[in-house]
Amino acid sequence: MERPISESAIRDTIFKALKKIAPEANPQDLAPGENLREALDIDSFDFLNLLIGLHESLGVEIPEADYGKLTTLNGLVSYLSQRVG
Amino acid sequence: MPSLGADMEEGTVIEWTIKPGDHVHRGDIIGCVRTEKADIDIEAWEDAIVDQILAKPGDTLPVGAVLALFRGESVPAAVPAPPVAVPASPEGERVHASPLARRIAEELGVDLNKVRGTGPHGAITREDVQHAATIPTPAAMAASATTEKPQADAQAGMRRAIAAAMARSNREIPHYYLETRINMECAVRFLESENQKRSVKDRVLVAALLVKAVAKSLNEVPELNGYWIDDRLQPKEAIHIGLAIALRQGGLVVPAIHNADAKSLDELMQAMSDLITRARSGHLRGSELTDGTITITHLGDLGVETVYGVIYPPQVAIVGFGRIVEAPWAEGTMLGVRPVLTATIAGDHRATDGRRGAQFLTVLNRLLQKPENL
Repeated sequence: MERPISESAIRDTIFKALKKIAPEANPQDLAPGENLREALDIDSFDFLNLLIGLHESLGVEIPEADYGKLTTLNGLVSYLSQRVG
Repeated sequence: MPSLGADMEEGTVIEWTIKPGDHVHRGDIIGCVRTEKADIDIEAWEDAIVDQILAKPGDTLPVGAVLALFRGESVPAAVPAPPVAVPASPEGERVHASPLARRIAEELGVDLNKVRGTGPHGAITREDVQHAATIPTPAAMAASATTEKPQADAQAGMRRAIAAAMARSNREIPHYYLETRINMECAVRFLESENQKRSVKDRVLVAALLVKAVAKSLNEVPELNGYWIDDRLQPKEAIHIGLAIALRQGGLVVPAIHNADAKSLDELMQAMSDLITRARSGHLRGSELTDGTITITHLGDLGVETVYGVIYPPQVAIVGFGRIVEAPWAEGTMLGVRPVLTATIAGDHRATDGRRGAQFLTVLNRLLQKPENL
């Protein structure tokens, strides 16, 4: 039986995906409620690539209608936690 | 040394991926050149056999210098460099320049022996002299280099390259600017509906739709797709859309999507994604940086609503897009809220008049009302 993925593991997966998009940034320094795209200077293409990376790592399909829930690190972790495992 | 943009004066050979005796085909990557903006892969311009490599890795050479010799299958010959400005005349050789160019060179203190001519048969034109007057001398650049760290050097080089191209543009090109507001409801709904059916990796962004709409608009207003060279407009049949791409470390590059009007939205999305990824990782091809026939600058992600671009010479127009905002929109006697995009065009007034620019924006608006037909 597969064990559910912890929030900490999801956070690490997000950091890895962010590092690919913004190699010069340090995602660990992000405040949980900070706007991801503004803080890391992420444009639409980068954001889409982030979602593609998370889809490939975690197998979660994120519809466009849910993009509004993914503006912060906390939002992204919470959203993915409810859908993985 | 191929010219990889209006702002390039010289390049440094980083590496070769070929050796004498190798067969190369048109489009093959044969080496890499460092410009002030980025490291660029250079391509073979025709099928040939490598005869001799003249420039070593580390050599810095002016645009137009011969880097390598190639021969055909049967007749040995030097394959010329890609179509670029003719190299500066060697010392002592007679300089081919117009009287006006000579007079301006004297006024500006420019040594004609060090200017590359872009006129007929390599003649130095007034524009060449004016351009040369803006280029920092090697001594000044060396002095600057000794006081800066490598990272700062790369940034300074990028800024110098952008400064040269944009200063030339504002000095030589009489820009006119037009803008229009476009109701994007149909386009936004179309993309929402399309993307609902697709996995995240196959989604299409509005940027791809805009590139397609611009490319198809140019089919109807071809005068805006081309170059101003030799004091005349030279429209181009192929539509290669240059995309202004901001680099994370600062600065920007403008690689082109070839034949954008003939690509489907999926193909455009893939091409844009590929270009952006390679631009940011420093793996663009030379032809991608030289072939653009018009440029799009899209700053909507940064929240601005209106973008007034500076034309990238020798192109004759640049299209700007801002952010799509929910805004009041009146139709007949009804007032509602719609997603609205401000589109602008900056045109070269030597090449076209405002009427052409206005026609372009009208066609663009019309095409975006029927996104399913793009």
